[in-house]
Amino acid sequence: MMKRDECFRVLARHIKDEAVVATYSSAVDWVGINPRVLNYTSIGAMGLDSSHGLGLALGRPDRRVVVLQGDGSLLMNLGCLVTIAAVAPKNLVHFVAHNETYEANGGHPIPYPKVDFAGMARSAGYAAAYDFADLDAFTQEVAHVLEQDGPVFATLRVEPSKPLKYDYPSLYDPAKRKAFKAAWQA
Amino acid sequence: MNAGAARGDAKRQLSGGAIIAAMKASGIEYVLAVPDIVTSSGLLAPIAQDKELRLIRVCKEDECIGIASGLSYCDKRALILIQNTGFLDSLNAIRGIAVEYKQPICMMVGLLQHDPEVEPRASVRYGVHIIEPILDDMGIAHHVINADADVAKIQPAIEQAYRDSHPVAFLIAREPQAP
Repeated sequence: MMKRDECFRVLARHIKDEAVVATYSSAVDWVGINPRVLNYTSIGAMGLDSSHGLGLALGRPDRRVVVLQGDGSLLMNLGCLVTIAAVAPKNLVHFVAHNETYEANGGHPIPYPKVDFAGMARSAGYAAAYDFADLDAFTQEVAHVLEQDGPVFATLRVEPSKPLKYDYPSLYDPAKRKAFKAAWQA
Repeated sequence: MNAGAARGDAKRQLSGGAIIAAMKASGIEYVLAVPDIVTSSGLLAPIAQDKELRLIRVCKEDECIGIASGLSYCDKRALILIQNTGFLDSLNAIRGIAVEYKQPICMMVGLLQHDPEVEPRASVRYGVHIIEPILDDMGIAHHVINADADVAKIQPAIEQAYRDSHPVAFLIAREPQAP
């Protein structure tokens, strides 16, 4: 089992000018590790991070979009796997941090902790789907995951974190949304 | 046919082709849709064949709100084509993304089993008569599209939504005729 922040530190070494869509616990970890203008942390409804990412990918097919979703979020919007697979954006990489809990809402378990998200993505029709539980394996393959034609899906099997501080006013800051838009259109 | 009868007929006609033309004139490039029986043959079917619009079929209506938001950050315009039931199912996404984040989310909502001869607020269908009061409470601009004369409301409302970054809803109160 990996730690989410360790995975994100590995991921951060490979991120260049991609939009990174992140929510809740993943957003807190990611913004702490890699604060940058092209982080898109304003979501407004749990589960829709992957749909925001699809919109960004459709609107800028010349640039790549990385979604960092939680397992609870994906469960609230499972249909997005089919929608994304059908649209088939080559520039979308979809990570799910699978810690088996609704971490931002008290650490309660998701309904079926052993659910196979990568299997679902593969069955939905993603171009590729991975399931990582080992940091060394993730470190070795992350560049390939990010660079290949999408849509690409990857489960990151991680432990629940220690309690995080959720600074929602900062994550949802309108000034950051405006700055993101300017940078994304540049 | 006398003039009065002709005026009466005109009030009972809604052209799907005119609505699609208004979408295009508004700069809409993407239509995000879940099938709705009111708009199925008059709008969704011809849009699916239209080379100038890109139709994205989604599994559940709230996906549309996220996708449209993402597109708006790319200055791409989208219209969401759903049923009132899907609108109701998506209220939290509309609350968070469209209203609180002030995003230009443009929705076209078919009113299921609505009698077009009565105002939506007066509908005997509970799922219909609550729609406008909900939109009012949420502060979302909305327009009833019930006849060809109403189609002229679409372009200025979409232009304003994108100019001022706020949501707008068009309530399709009559089954549009296929082009």
